[in-house]
Amino acid sequence: MASSKISIIVVTGSHERLQMAAMVASVGAVSGNEVSVFLSMNSLQYFLKGSDRPAPAEGSFGTLMAGKNVPPFRLLFEQAVDLGGAKLFPCSMAMDVMNIDADALAPWLGEPLGLTRFLADAQDGQVYTF
Amino acid sequence: MPEKKVIDARGSFCPGPLMELIGWIKLANIGDELEVLSTDKGSAADIPEWIRKVGHELIGVTEDAGVWHVTVKKTK
Repeated sequence: MASSKISIIVVTGSHERLQMAAMVASVGAVSGNEVSVFLSMNSLQYFLKGSDRPAPAEGSFGTLMAGKNVPPFRLLFEQAVDLGGAKLFPCSMAMDVMNIDADALAPWLGEPLGLTRFLADAQDGQVYTF
Repeated sequence: MPEKKVIDARGSFCPGPLMELIGWIKLANIGDELEVLSTDKGSAADIPEWIRKVGHELIGVTEDAGVWHVTVKKTK
Protein backbone atom coordinates (compact mmCIF):
# COMPACT_ATOMS: atom_id res chain seq x y z
CA MET A 1 0.00 0.00 0.00
CA ALA A 2 1.42 3.35 -1.03
CA SER A 3 1.83 5.59 1.95
CA SER A 4 2.51 9.27 2.05
CA LYS A 5 2.97 11.96 4.63
CA ILE A 6 0.05 14.28 5.38
CA SER A 7 0.66 17.29 7.61
CA ILE A 8 -2.33 19.32 8.74
CA ILE A 9 -2.11 22.77 10.32
CA VAL A 10 -5.31 23.76 12.14
CA VAL A 11 -5.79 27.38 13.20
CA THR A 12 -9.55 27.74 12.87
CA GLY A 13 -12.24 27.86 15.52
CA SER A 14 -15.12 27.27 13.10
CA HIS A 15 -17.11 24.05 13.08
CA GLU A 16 -16.90 23.49 9.33
CA ARG A 17 -13.12 23.81 9.16
CA LEU A 18 -12.51 21.76 12.30
CA GLN A 19 -14.82 19.11 10.82
CA MET A 20 -13.01 19.03 7.47
CA ALA A 21 -9.60 18.93 9.17
CA ALA A 22 -10.81 16.00 11.31
CA MET A 23 -12.15 14.20 8.23
CA VAL A 24 -8.85 14.57 6.36
CA ALA A 25 -6.92 13.46 9.44
CA SER A 26 -9.06 10.41 10.17
CA VAL A 27 -9.62 9.14 6.63
CA GLY A 28 -5.98 9.92 5.74
CA ALA A 29 -4.68 8.04 8.78
CA VAL A 30 -6.82 4.92 8.32
CA SER A 31 -5.82 4.77 4.64
CA GLY A 32 -2.20 4.16 5.49
CA ASN A 33 -0.81 7.69 5.45
CA GLU A 34 1.48 9.13 8.11
CA VAL A 35 -0.67 11.94 9.52
CA SER A 36 0.55 14.75 11.77
CA VAL A 37 -1.73 17.55 12.97
CA PHE A 38 -0.52 20.84 14.42
CA LEU A 39 -3.15 22.55 16.60
CA SER A 40 -2.70 26.27 17.05
CA MET A 41 -4.47 29.64 17.37
CA ASN A 42 -8.28 29.33 17.62
CA SER A 43 -8.33 25.54 17.42
CA LEU A 44 -6.49 24.67 20.62
CA GLN A 45 -9.30 25.75 22.97
CA TYR A 46 -11.39 22.81 21.70
CA PHE A 47 -8.78 20.29 22.83
CA LEU A 48 -8.68 21.14 26.53
CA LYS A 49 -9.06 18.06 28.74
CA GLY A 50 -12.72 17.00 28.96
CA SER A 51 -13.88 19.76 26.64
CA ASP A 52 -17.13 19.19 24.79
CA ARG A 53 -17.42 22.81 23.80
CA PRO A 54 -19.25 23.18 20.48
CA ALA A 55 -17.52 25.16 17.76
CA PRO A 56 -19.64 27.90 16.17
CA ALA A 57 -20.83 27.55 12.58
CA GLU A 58 -19.04 29.73 10.05
CA GLY A 59 -21.76 29.58 7.42
CA SER A 60 -25.05 27.97 6.47
CA PHE A 61 -23.49 24.52 6.11
CA GLY A 62 -22.34 24.58 9.71
CA THR A 63 -25.87 25.42 10.82
CA LEU A 64 -27.25 22.61 8.67
CA MET A 65 -24.67 20.18 10.06
CA ALA A 66 -25.61 20.98 13.65
CA GLY A 67 -28.99 19.29 13.27
CA LYS A 68 -27.60 16.10 11.69
CA ASN A 69 -25.86 13.04 13.02
CA VAL A 70 -22.43 14.13 11.79
CA PRO A 71 -19.53 12.48 13.67
CA PRO A 72 -18.15 15.01 16.20
CA PHE A 73 -14.80 16.44 15.07
CA ARG A 74 -13.11 15.58 18.38
CA LEU A 75 -14.17 11.94 17.99
CA LEU A 76 -12.80 11.85 14.42
CA PHE A 77 -9.46 13.26 15.57
CA GLU A 78 -9.35 10.70 18.37
CA GLN A 79 -10.15 7.91 15.89
CA ALA A 80 -7.37 9.21 13.64
CA VAL A 81 -5.03 8.60 16.59
CA ASP A 82 -6.51 5.28 17.80
CA LEU A 83 -7.31 3.62 14.49
CA GLY A 84 -4.76 5.22 12.17
CA GLY A 85 -1.80 6.13 14.37
CA ALA A 86 -2.08 9.86 13.62
CA LYS A 87 -0.26 12.28 15.88
CA LEU A 88 -1.82 15.53 17.10
CA PHE A 89 0.56 18.13 18.42
CA PRO A 90 -0.49 21.17 20.42
CA CYS A 91 1.44 24.27 19.36
CA SER A 92 3.79 25.34 22.14
CA MET A 93 3.36 29.01 21.24
CA ALA A 94 -0.45 28.77 21.55
CA MET A 95 -0.03 27.05 24.92
CA ASP A 96 2.22 29.89 26.12
CA VAL A 97 -0.28 32.52 25.02
CA MET A 98 -3.17 30.62 26.65
CA ASN A 99 -0.98 30.08 29.71
CA ILE A 100 -1.71 26.35 29.92
CA ASP A 101 0.54 23.31 30.26
CA ALA A 102 0.21 19.83 28.74
CA ASP A 103 -1.84 18.58 31.71
CA ALA A 104 -4.67 20.88 30.67
CA LEU A 105 -5.01 19.21 27.26
CA ALA A 106 -6.78 16.05 26.11
CA PRO A 107 -4.61 13.03 27.01
CA TRP A 108 -4.69 11.65 23.45
CA LEU A 109 -2.71 14.61 22.14
CA GLY A 110 1.03 14.25 21.68
CA GLU A 111 3.79 16.32 23.22
CA PRO A 112 3.73 20.10 22.62
CA LEU A 113 5.68 21.03 19.53
CA GLY A 114 7.17 24.19 18.08
CA LEU A 115 6.59 25.22 14.50
CA THR A 116 10.23 24.72 13.52
CA ARG A 117 10.10 21.05 14.41
CA PHE A 118 6.67 20.52 12.85
CA LEU A 119 7.79 22.07 9.56
CA ALA A 120 11.00 20.05 9.56
CA ASP A 121 8.95 16.87 10.03
CA ALA A 122 6.49 17.97 7.32
CA GLN A 123 9.22 18.18 4.69
CA ASP A 124 8.56 16.14 1.55
CA GLY A 125 4.89 15.69 2.38
CA GLN A 126 1.62 17.40 1.62
CA VAL A 127 0.61 20.21 3.98
CA TYR A 128 -3.05 21.11 4.44
CA THR A 129 -4.14 24.18 6.37
CA PHE A 130 -7.55 24.71 7.92
CA MET B 1 -14.99 -20.53 12.08
CA PRO B 2 -15.23 -17.20 10.22
CA GLU B 3 -17.94 -14.98 11.62
CA LYS B 4 -20.19 -12.34 10.13
CA LYS B 5 -20.67 -9.09 11.98
CA VAL B 6 -23.37 -6.56 11.11
CA ILE B 7 -22.53 -2.93 11.91
CA ASP B 8 -25.53 -0.65 12.04
CA ALA B 9 -24.29 2.82 11.06
CA ARG B 10 -27.63 4.05 9.75
CA GLY B 11 -28.20 7.75 10.35
CA SER B 12 -24.50 8.60 10.56
CA PHE B 13 -22.79 10.77 7.98
CA CYS B 14 -19.39 10.38 6.30
CA PRO B 15 -16.90 9.32 7.56
CA GLY B 16 -18.86 7.88 10.53
CA PRO B 17 -19.81 4.54 8.89
CA LEU B 18 -16.23 4.03 7.62
CA MET B 19 -14.77 4.72 11.05
CA GLU B 20 -17.21 2.31 12.69
CA LEU B 21 -16.24 -0.38 10.18
CA ILE B 22 -12.54 0.16 10.79
CA GLY B 23 -13.00 -0.06 14.55
CA TRP B 24 -14.68 -3.46 14.12
CA ILE B 25 -12.23 -4.70 11.46
CA LYS B 26 -9.41 -4.22 13.97
CA LEU B 27 -11.20 -6.56 16.36
CA ALA B 28 -12.15 -9.15 13.70
CA ASN B 29 -10.16 -12.22 12.67
CA ILE B 30 -8.82 -12.81 9.18
CA GLY B 31 -11.57 -14.41 7.12
CA ASP B 32 -14.41 -12.77 9.04
CA GLU B 33 -17.02 -10.83 7.09
CA LEU B 34 -18.37 -7.47 8.17
CA GLU B 35 -21.51 -5.87 6.79
CA VAL B 36 -22.03 -2.13 7.27
CA LEU B 37 -25.54 -0.69 7.08
CA SER B 38 -25.50 2.95 6.02
CA THR B 39 -28.05 5.51 4.94
CA ASP B 40 -25.28 7.82 3.77
CA LYS B 41 -24.93 7.51 -0.01
CA GLY B 42 -21.40 8.95 0.02
CA SER B 43 -20.25 6.25 2.41
CA ALA B 44 -21.60 3.55 0.09
CA ALA B 45 -19.07 4.72 -2.51
CA ASP B 46 -16.31 5.69 -0.10
CA ILE B 47 -16.15 2.50 1.95
CA PRO B 48 -15.42 0.26 -1.11
CA GLU B 49 -12.73 2.79 -2.08
CA TRP B 50 -11.11 2.35 1.33
CA ILE B 51 -11.39 -1.44 1.08
CA ARG B 52 -9.54 -1.37 -2.26
CA LYS B 53 -6.93 1.02 -0.95
CA VAL B 54 -6.00 -1.06 2.09
CA GLY B 55 -6.44 -4.43 0.37
CA HIS B 56 -9.35 -6.20 2.04
CA GLU B 57 -11.91 -8.05 -0.10
CA LEU B 58 -15.13 -6.32 -1.12
CA ILE B 59 -17.88 -8.93 -1.11
CA GLY B 60 -20.66 -6.67 -2.34
CA VAL B 61 -22.64 -3.45 -2.19
CA THR B 62 -26.43 -3.57 -2.30
CA GLU B 63 -29.17 -1.04 -1.67
CA ASP B 64 -32.52 -1.80 -0.13
CA ALA B 65 -35.10 0.88 0.74
CA GLY B 66 -32.54 3.63 1.20
CA VAL B 67 -30.11 1.49 3.20
CA TRP B 68 -26.80 0.47 1.69
CA HIS B 69 -25.24 -2.83 2.72
CA VAL B 70 -21.49 -2.93 2.18
CA THR B 71 -19.91 -6.30 2.92
CA VAL B 72 -16.18 -6.81 3.33
CA LYS B 73 -13.99 -9.79 4.18
CA LYS B 74 -10.95 -9.12 6.35
CA THR B 75 -7.98 -10.57 4.45
CA LYS B 76 -5.00 -9.46 6.50
